[in-house]
Amino acid sequence: MEIKKNAAPRGGIGHNGAAIAAIAYRDLLKFLRDRARLFSTFLFPLIFIGFLGGGMQATFGANSEYDFLAFIFTGVLAQTLWQSTAMGIVSLLEDRQNDFSQEIFVSPISRYTIVFGKIFGETLVALPQGLGIILFGILLQVPMDAARFTGLLATGLLAALYGGAFGMALLGFIPSRRAADQLFPFVFLPQYFTAGVFMPINNLPPLLNIVSLLSPLRYAVDLMRGLFYWNTPAYSDIVLFPPWLNFAIMATSFLGFMVIGTIQFVRAERNR
Amino acid sequence: MSPIIQVEHLVKRYKNSPTNAIDDISFQVAAGEFFVLLGPNGAGKTTTLSVLTTTLAPTLGKVEIAGYDLTRDANRVRAHVGIIFQQPSLDQNLTAEENVRLHANLYGLYPFRPAFWLMPRAYKTQVHELAAILGIANEIHKPIKTLSGGMKRKLEIIRSLIHQPRVLFLDEPTTGLDPVSRRSLWDYLTRVRAEQETTIFLTTHYLEEAEQADTISILHHGKIVAQGTPAAVKAHLVENYLLVDADDRAALRQELRQRQIAFSETPLFRIDLNGVSAHQLLKTIDTPLTTVKIHSPSVEDAYLAIIQEHDDDRAKTNGN
Repeated sequence: MEIKKNAAPRGGIGHNGAAIAAIAYRDLLKFLRDRARLFSTFLFPLIFIGFLGGGMQATFGANSEYDFLAFIFTGVLAQTLWQSTAMGIVSLLEDRQNDFSQEIFVSPISRYTIVFGKIFGETLVALPQGLGIILFGILLQVPMDAARFTGLLATGLLAALYGGAFGMALLGFIPSRRAADQLFPFVFLPQYFTAGVFMPINNLPPLLNIVSLLSPLRYAVDLMRGLFYWNTPAYSDIVLFPPWLNFAIMATSFLGFMVIGTIQFVRAERNR
Repeated sequence: MSPIIQVEHLVKRYKNSPTNAIDDISFQVAAGEFFVLLGPNGAGKTTTLSVLTTTLAPTLGKVEIAGYDLTRDANRVRAHVGIIFQQPSLDQNLTAEENVRLHANLYGLYPFRPAFWLMPRAYKTQVHELAAILGIANEIHKPIKTLSGGMKRKLEIIRSLIHQPRVLFLDEPTTGLDPVSRRSLWDYLTRVRAEQETTIFLTTHYLEEAEQADTISILHHGKIVAQGTPAAVKAHLVENYLLVDADDRAALRQELRQRQIAFSETPLFRIDLNGVSAHQLLKTIDTPLTTVKIHSPSVEDAYLAIIQEHDDDRAKTNGN
């Protein structure tokens, strides 16, 4: 069986690049072939934006400076992408317990390659969701132009990657899928509020402000709004930190999450 | 020739466990050998295999595979081994071809392409060859779910061989397969072994699969309790015996006593050979015989006897 022709050099960048692409592509295919998951991933953001955003705009928006629909739209978009990859990464837990990932774990690639492949895969899965949410926002007449559209896609991509790294950090400390399911409501739900997904958090009491500053989702949401509201009168009312600062915090914690998560995950994997 | 697998004083103790799952085992496997690891459930077979295939870190000891240290050079070891897990490890969401393509990418054999038609010609030829061997030319682009259990196992074996591993680890590969699929799988493996000189490391519960092995190792309570060729392991039993019977049983009984040939009645007359050939023994008996059966122990007999012997020893030790 002669199969080595055209081979990427083993262990080199080509090999690891091909492996990352292959792992990521597998996740995308899996997503596209799972109709129930496709349906549910679009449904919840649409409910949040349509009912919550539309409802709050109708109730409070008329008497305030806030465009609640746009505010919630940007918050939910960042939150959906961030959480989608974070939770997707946890499928590594499922994978290692049954079937297929054994094949990935015994292949001659770095453990970082596996993790990066997984994060890129979940990001690929998150992006069509993001695109769907943006189109829904346009239908609901969220103000949009080419610059905003591009800004949302770019910051959406960053939010998804950042969520993947956060998921990785969590994964290193979670022994099983069951434990993950029990823990997740406590990790994700509070951040909807401390990160300001649904409501402004400009004037939080000091203690809550500290909790908010410790919420990774806050920076992804704020970065997205920073670009969305750039050069608008609402910018100073809505955006908490300048985009460069949000980006710097995300980049630094991304690296931290990745290193801690991967080391811990590999250790837990082999040192049973 | 230096061994392809060298295990020295390997110990594995799981976290929070008071005992060792593998308790100081050492063995070697020569290149091209067919090595079988046997043992009852919980003996440590899968743990040993997990350590050798780099998915589990050893607690103590040294393992070298294809000349590479398992702890220091895990990726090099992985590049030289193929593994068939106890549980099927095909991705059910992908087609047969997509599973093979993913493997080829993970092992750095081909660049990544998102579709079959974009892959290099050499790869396409290879896949068509594989499909022909499997007899699934029409199913190669269909989801894995549509293949039978035997086909899936074969596909896993073919997939695990495309990077030309020097050692193929098989963890109970025929469990759950019907006899036809099992036979066809073994025919294929035998051919692969002959063509590629791949070392086969097998764990199995089907002891007849161990009859063709070069070396058998029996693991019990984490320790190797017997090891050698199938003949050597069987010799441990010294249980070659002859079963005979005659119409005139009284005459046969009397003759055996006269000639001082030890026997027992089971109800056939059982005569232990004790190194004497059956032919030699039969020549000394004049009473006309109606039944003659030579019993040679199978690997299964040897296995059961060895496990029983060690369980008895342990019970005695614990009783004291």
